[in-house]
This record gives sequence, structure tokens and C-alpha cells, in this order.
Amino acid sequence: MSEYLRTDQMSVGYRGRALLSQICLQVSRGQVVTLIGPNGSGKSTILKSIIRQLELIGGTVYLDGTDAKTLSARQAARRMSVVMTGRVWPELMTCWDVVAAGRYPYTGRLGILGQEDREKVEEALDMVGARELAGLDFDCLSDGQRQRILLARAICQEPELIVLDEPTSYLDIRYKLELLTILKRLVEKKQVAVLMSLHELDLALRISDFVVCVNGKEVERMGPPEEILTSDYVKKLYGITVGSYHAELGFPELEPARGKPEVFVIGGNGTGIPVYRRLWRQGIPFAAGILHQNDTECLVAEALAVQVITEKPFWPIQEETFCQAAAVLKECREVICCIEEFGPMNEGNRRLAKLKGQ
Amino acid sequence: MKKCIFCGILNSGKEAGNQRKAGDLTTGNQTLVRCILSFGLLGAALFLLFFWNINSGSVSLSVREVLRLLFLRQGDETAYRILWDIRLPRILAAAVLGGALSVSGFLLQTFFANPIAGPYVLGISSGAKLVVSLMLVFLLGRAIPVSWAMLILGAFVGSMISMGFVLFVSARVRSMSILVVCGVMIGYICSAVTDFVITFADDENIVNLHNWSMGSFSGISWENVKVMSAVVFAGLLLAFLLAKPIGAYQLGETYAGSMGVNIRRFRAELILLSSVLSACVTAFAGPISFVGIAVPRLVKGLLGTAKPILVIPGCFLGGAVFCLLCDLIARTVFAPTEVSISSVTAIFGAPVVIAMLVHRKGREE
Repeated sequence: MSEYLRTDQMSVGYRGRALLSQICLQVSRGQVVTLIGPNGSGKSTILKSIIRQLELIGGTVYLDGTDAKTLSARQAARRMSVVMTGRVWPELMTCWDVVAAGRYPYTGRLGILGQEDREKVEEALDMVGARELAGLDFDCLSDGQRQRILLARAICQEPELIVLDEPTSYLDIRYKLELLTILKRLVEKKQVAVLMSLHELDLALRISDFVVCVNGKEVERMGPPEEILTSDYVKKLYGITVGSYHAELGFPELEPARGKPEVFVIGGNGTGIPVYRRLWRQGIPFAAGILHQNDTECLVAEALAVQVITEKPFWPIQEETFCQAAAVLKECREVICCIEEFGPMNEGNRRLAKLKGQ
Repeated sequence: MKKCIFCGILNSGKEAGNQRKAGDLTTGNQTLVRCILSFGLLGAALFLLFFWNINSGSVSLSVREVLRLLFLRQGDETAYRILWDIRLPRILAAAVLGGALSVSGFLLQTFFANPIAGPYVLGISSGAKLVVSLMLVFLLGRAIPVSWAMLILGAFVGSMISMGFVLFVSARVRSMSILVVCGVMIGYICSAVTDFVITFADDENIVNLHNWSMGSFSGISWENVKVMSAVVFAGLLLAFLLAKPIGAYQLGETYAGSMGVNIRRFRAELILLSSVLSACVTAFAGPISFVGIAVPRLVKGLLGTAKPILVIPGCFLGGAVFCLLCDLIARTVFAPTEVSISSVTAIFGAPVVIAMLVHRKGREE
């Protein structure tokens, strides 16, 4: 599989000053490559340079093996289309009109649509599931619907590469998922190459074939998301000093309350998570235990609790661990037990819960 | 749903479009019918106003007399002169220049991506006025004859100078309201300087210059009509050929660029074309207020679409109708005294602009 988009030693920036240099990116057809990085790190600058909105400071962008500089505006438009972050306010345009605008590089001098163009518009609308929106005024749509229509416009341009700049900004969780699902489907069906920037690491982790980390000076790392998005690296990339990020869960956690634990939570199997969150919100320092290390709850507890007492995966709770937990528990003014039924591996926790009464 | 002055019309269209499958034949037909009706309406209004205008004035002529004079060129000598040398050129000028002004306004609105832009509020007409009056006073004072080509060129230079200021400001402020305020200020400065110039000009020049600097369609000759028609129709044709990129530009610069519009060239074309059109108007009739904003808005509301391929001819027709109506009022309401055309266009145009400002408030980010 050869790459569709390739940048060779590309330098990007504004007014002749390079912000990021030596960028070598590759996107093949049927692939999703995502740029991640903190605000202002230059993700948009890279994208704007690739779509030719900004002039390159140095290096070359190849589209399907051709130097993009040698392509005419129309030729480039037939290969590459975009979805940008900013909102657009077209006047008196129906969604159909907005999508049909994507036919620009294919129509004649006056831009009159032919039969084939109309079919392409319909097809694009179907693809994003927005056929019923076609006759509506674009101004009247919700943000999620707009983004879908703008994606349909990009599809309608029949590109081989789609560039999206933070397409999920402003969207609520439902529309975020919807938009990325459509995108994934598009990639599979039409084998287009997708290059985008995302703020949401959890989404980037799920949808991308490759992630590219931009840190404001250079492209620091790139590779499959599972390899790149480790907890420690994300913390470093975004300069997280308050709170933590868990690669395994794919979401960030805020900093735990400080101080001596006041409450002991006996949890496991996810039952304790709501309690941890609630205690954390109220700023009460707490300890959690005894959790098996293979329990997902363990990660949340580690992020939010002052102290967590754990046991090795699939082991019954050892006497030693129990004693340690009991010691912590005695220091707490309150004990919350979230478990109703204790299995054989959890015998230790049953004994702990009994201590609660005393 | 956002409120809009034309909401009634728009919404009924939308709902109808929603019930059926969009893009389907019925909806297409509906849009087509609406466009045909709108253009028919504008054409009929133009026709009606043409005859109404030709029929009204300080010398009253009967309809029969007018028709005879017009088509058979027979009748009373004085009446013939009045009709052919005074009224007809004036009517044609009002129609052509009105059309030019509103197309110029539409181009500027596209350029600034804002419906409140126009040659008058941005001070472009006033810049043209200043340069033209400077030129007239200077040349007439030395008894040098002034050709219309020179006047148009002067007005164009003035337009470009004002436009330069406006672009300078627009590169620094994001808010359109502030840009409009700056435009109005530029307009005031230019008008003030024009007033100084006129005050110190020779007596005989003052009367004409004063009338002209207030905006008026009076005193237009057939030769003027020929020159302005040539310039305006050439400009109109070029604007029509820009319809496709204008449509793409309505989605914003980035999208237009990604669809294959050469942004830098396109922006230059828009600026030059709108300046030529408004300069031509200013050279012949002085600055005329609000037509450039109000007419495109009204036409878009009437057509129910902002597709430039329809809006550009619609604007031209609408501007012609609007200016004929305003000129009729300017001539007849306080006859035999004439009101300046700008006063009349302001009375009709300014409320539309205010309504647009109020409506727009919710959209500014």
C-alpha cells in the first residue's frame, strides 16, 4: 500500500517564520491519521499548509506522488477536500445547496449542476444520513447536523483525501460518535485517506490507524495509537501536572484530594466508582481496598484515592494484605461497603466489612 | 429558529420542502416558480414605473401624448424636448445606476462576508465624491474641459483610496459593526473636505456641484447614458461571470479555496468590480445612500435564495426599480422643488438596514 499524502521535510508557519519544521507525514488510502497535541501546538497550522491555505515555508507536499505545488487549484480540489473547525454562516442556503457546493471543481463556468452532480449530492447526503435535512435552511441546524452536512459537502467533492480540523469541536458525545462512525464507514467504503486533528484522546485512540503527536516545536512521535498513547507520554505531551491520564481507560482523571484518608471504601468490580467520584467531589480524602489489580475499578481508585490496597490478579486475598487494609480502615472515621455478595476470592473483603460494625 | 424579516416567506418554503423529499422535482419546481414570479414582478414594476415616471413632472402630458411622442416621435415641440431630452435620459440613468449600485453592494457584501457592507456606508461613495469634486473645481477653475472618462476615472481613484482605508481597518478589527462605523467616519471626513472645496469654488460651479454632491439624477444627457450603460453593462456581465466563485465564497474563504477558487485573484476582482460600478454611479449622480445594502437584502428575500446566479440579475432589476421609485418621489412630492435622491433612498433603505442590524445581533460571535 503506497501512501496517498506524503510530506517531505515540510516546514510550516506564518509570515515566513517556521513554527514546526522537518515534518514527514504519510497517509495511505483507507487510513485514518490523527494529529494530537495541546492547544496551539501547530496541528491546525500543519493542516492549513497541507490544504494550501498557508504557503509552505519549506519542503514538499506530495499528493498521490505529485508535488502539490504543481497542481492547479481545480486539480487539487478534485483530490482533496476539507472540513474546518470554524462555523460557517451561509445566507439563505439549504443543506442541499451547501452539499452541492462541493461539486465546484466539476461544474462549468456558471456552476450549473448536471444530472450526475445531483446524484452525487444525493449520494453524499445518504452517506451521512442527512437526506431528510436536505430542504432545511443550513442556519436552522444544530451543530451536530451542520457538521454532518459539511462532511457531506466534503464527500460530494469526491476527494481521495479528506482533511478535517477538529471536526468534533462543539459536538456533544452523541454527535461525536456519529460523525466518527460516518467517517470510518466512508474510509472503508471509498478507501479515502483521512488526515485530521482531534482534541479527544479517547476518540483518537479508537478511530486512528496512526497518531501523530505535535508538541509546538516538532512532530515528536508517531505510530499506532496503542503504542503512542501511553499514560506517561500523554502526561508529558500535554504537560499535565494536575491530575492524571490513563491510557488503559482512555480518559483523564483529576487530581486526588490530599490528606489522611477519612473514609475507607470497600469496592470491586466497578461498584465503588460512583462512591469514589462522589467523595472526590466533596473533597474528602479516602482509601480504597481491597481491589484486585485486574479490576478496572483499580485504575479509577488509583487516580482518585489517597491510598489503594490491592491484591494480585486472580488471587484470594492474602492475610498480609488484609492486615494492611484493616490497619488503614481503623484510622478512618467511616467505612463504606459497596459489595453485597462476596465470592471465595473476596473472603478478605467480607472480613473487612465485618470490621466496619465494630 | 432565528427570526428574520422575511421569515414568513422563508419558512413556508422550508416546510413545504421538508414534507417532500428534498431535491425532488416538486421542490425544484417550486423554487423555479418562485424565481419566475419574482423576476416577473420586478419586470412589471420596472415597466410600470417607467411609464409613471415619464408621465409625471411639472409639465403634465396625457398618456396618449406621451405614447405618441415616444413611439411615433410626433407632437408638440416643447413636449418632445421635455420627454426626449430631460425625462427619458433621466429615467434610463436612474434605472442603470440604481442597478449598478445594488450589484456593487452585493459584491461588497460577498467580499466582507457581511450583509451590512455597501459602497455608501463604507465611505467608498464619499471618497469618489471627494476626488471628483476636487478634480472639477481644479479643472473648471482653469477652464479645462472635463470628459466623462476623466470623471469616472477620478471617481474610481477616490473609491479605491477609501477602499484602501476600509481594507486597512478590516485587517485589524474583526467586528463588522466597527468596520461600518469606521466607514461612516471615512464618509464624514470625505464629505467635510468636499464641503470645504465647494465653499471655496467659483460661484457658478457651486450650484451644480452642490446638487451633484447631494446625489441627483437631474441633468443627465443622452451621451452620459451611453457612457454609463457601456461601463455598467460590462461590469454586470463580469459580475455575472463571477457568480460561481461568489457562490463558493459564501461558505467562507477556506472552503472556497479548497474547492478551487483562486482566493487572491477573486478578492481583487470583487474589489475592482464593485469599485468600478459604484464609481460610475458617483461620477454621474453623486453618492446615493443605502441602495447597495437594502436592495440585495430585499431581492434575496424575494427570491428566497442567495444563489448569485439569480441574485445578481435580480439585484440589477431590483436596484433599477428602487431608484426609479425613489427618483419619482424625489421629483414629485415637493414639486417643483426637488428633494435629493439620497434623502428618499435613505427613508426607504435605512429601515431595512436597521432591521438587518437587529437581526444580525444574534449571529455575531
